[in-house]
Amino acid sequence: MDPLFGHGIDLTIVLIVIGKTLATFVVLLLGVLLLIWYERKLISDMQNRIGPNRAGPYGILQTLADGIKLFFKEDLLPEQADRRVFRLAPYLSAVPAFAAFAVIPLGGSVSIAGHRTFLQLADPPVGVLFLLAMSSIAVYGTMLAGWSSGSKYPLLGGVRASAQAISYEGAMSLAIAAAVLIAGTLSTHGIVADQAGKGYLRGLLPKWNLFTVGVVPVVIYVIAATAEINRPPFDLVEADSELVGGFHTEYSSVRFALFYLAEFMNTITVSAVAITLFFGGPNGPEILGLGGWSGFLWFLIKEILFLSVYVWIRATLPRFRYDQLMDLGWKRLIPVALYWLLLIAALRVGQDQGWNAALVIGIGIGAGALAWGLLGLAARTGAEQAAEDALGLGEVRA
Amino acid sequence: MGYFEGFRVTFEQLFRPRVTIQYPEEKRPKALRFHGRHVLNKYEDGMEKCIGCELCAGVCPARCIHVRGLDNPPDAPVSPGERYGFVYEINYLRCIHCDLCVEACPTEAITESKLFEFSFSNRQDAIYTKDELLVADDGQPKHLPWEDWREGEDLHTSAWVRATAPNGDADYEGRVAWSAELGYGVRPPEAGQLGDDDAGAPIDDITVEQVAEGGHH
Repeated sequence: MDPLFGHGIDLTIVLIVIGKTLATFVVLLLGVLLLIWYERKLISDMQNRIGPNRAGPYGILQTLADGIKLFFKEDLLPEQADRRVFRLAPYLSAVPAFAAFAVIPLGGSVSIAGHRTFLQLADPPVGVLFLLAMSSIAVYGTMLAGWSSGSKYPLLGGVRASAQAISYEGAMSLAIAAAVLIAGTLSTHGIVADQAGKGYLRGLLPKWNLFTVGVVPVVIYVIAATAEINRPPFDLVEADSELVGGFHTEYSSVRFALFYLAEFMNTITVSAVAITLFFGGPNGPEILGLGGWSGFLWFLIKEILFLSVYVWIRATLPRFRYDQLMDLGWKRLIPVALYWLLLIAALRVGQDQGWNAALVIGIGIGAGALAWGLLGLAARTGAEQAAEDALGLGEVRA
Repeated sequence: MGYFEGFRVTFEQLFRPRVTIQYPEEKRPKALRFHGRHVLNKYEDGMEKCIGCELCAGVCPARCIHVRGLDNPPDAPVSPGERYGFVYEINYLRCIHCDLCVEACPTEAITESKLFEFSFSNRQDAIYTKDELLVADDGQPKHLPWEDWREGEDLHTSAWVRATAPNGDADYEGRVAWSAELGYGVRPPEAGQLGDDDAGAPIDDITVEQVAEGGHH
């Protein structure tokens, strides 16, 4: 619970909350502005070219120029569109993107106007659930945009969006559940607080969930989250070369800008969530002279590193084929995430009950190998069956 | 780990030099015998080389050259021959810069510069007249307001840049030699053109190696 609300509510506290809301909003918008520029610059570095360099020093104002240009473009409404839904969809995309960022702890505890408060807009007891809910609502934006455009390519994009989001939400939730299981709380502030303190290997490694739960859920989270926000290599929803622009083909002007904004806000949020859940959030050694604000600096450093990794992924990997996407989601990520969650749960119960940890791990690995073998067997049998069916069909046709 | 090979590749590119240049501000060096817009050359004494024979117009596959010859006025001859090019026009909406006109010219009158960065907003402007094609008094191509000339780009526009042997004089068959030109004088054949016995003169400003190398800044 935020200490701000510990002793009644007066005008100052309301003003502080409003200020924090505005600050979060501005931080996110500025973040998007800089992220788009940073992404374009880094990708162009990786492709041996210069990238935007006309607007402002090093082209840093390029996004602003693009945004202004977008706002002055003609706002089209297709003849065949379902008008109300078409108008609603961009907001269903953008608003959850903003809302999700509200529960991210941006820093530790600071003092504003004599009140102690977290550097975090809201700390609901169900923080992580709220994040998952927002990411689910955002899917409606893409899906309805595709559906209401009254056009074929957006429809395909919308269908892909819903299928992809549902497939990867499972793996993502299971990966997040690992972190929640360790912290024993759904509050984002609580999860970060749980990762503070003395680390592993005599303090050589910080006590981040990355080391507590193992690398597996982190990798699964990063992959699933990339798919969830439709970033390359999981951008089948847009897939410029196949679907023109996918769900936003028919959108222009401000409405298109909202989708674009939402996409990059989601990238920032997803990185922030990864930092919160697995990388200790704003935790870090205190930087001299900054006091409570040094957490914010650590958060920024981690965020930039994480975003760089996302850009790197984008620059490297080609887009998945649709069946590969489904294979990866259902046949690999979900079973592995589920297994890892059960393993962590077993260890956790074992800790409480005083079981032999080595025995628990041994049984866990044995059960995992058995499950893996059975899954493989099932997959092979299924493939053989499918091949036989295909052959049988061929004979009938002949 | 084939999956991660790509990540190494993209990361390594971060430290490689960039291949793109800031085009309007920077330009790549052009090839020595780049085919750009034409120039009409003059002799050292200022006489025009063109004799109005219309061979260039005849050989032009795009039919973009229009030439009309006229007898030289006896008191003030324009060219050293009997006739001179009275009208000389090239339509750059048709020209394909094949350089056949340059090969056909018996007097090394027409050659191509390295200029390709010029534009016009109507069809009439696309037709260069003789006045515009003719070299200035210093022997260099005229810099017209709608053309983007840069430092050194107007060098090597004379007959010297022609790839094959010159002027049809039977005495000089098989020998490379250029006629005297306004602004250049008599230029020696370039290295390697005379065969093994003569090294020829070195190419001064731009060497073939530099051109082959491409961008160097």
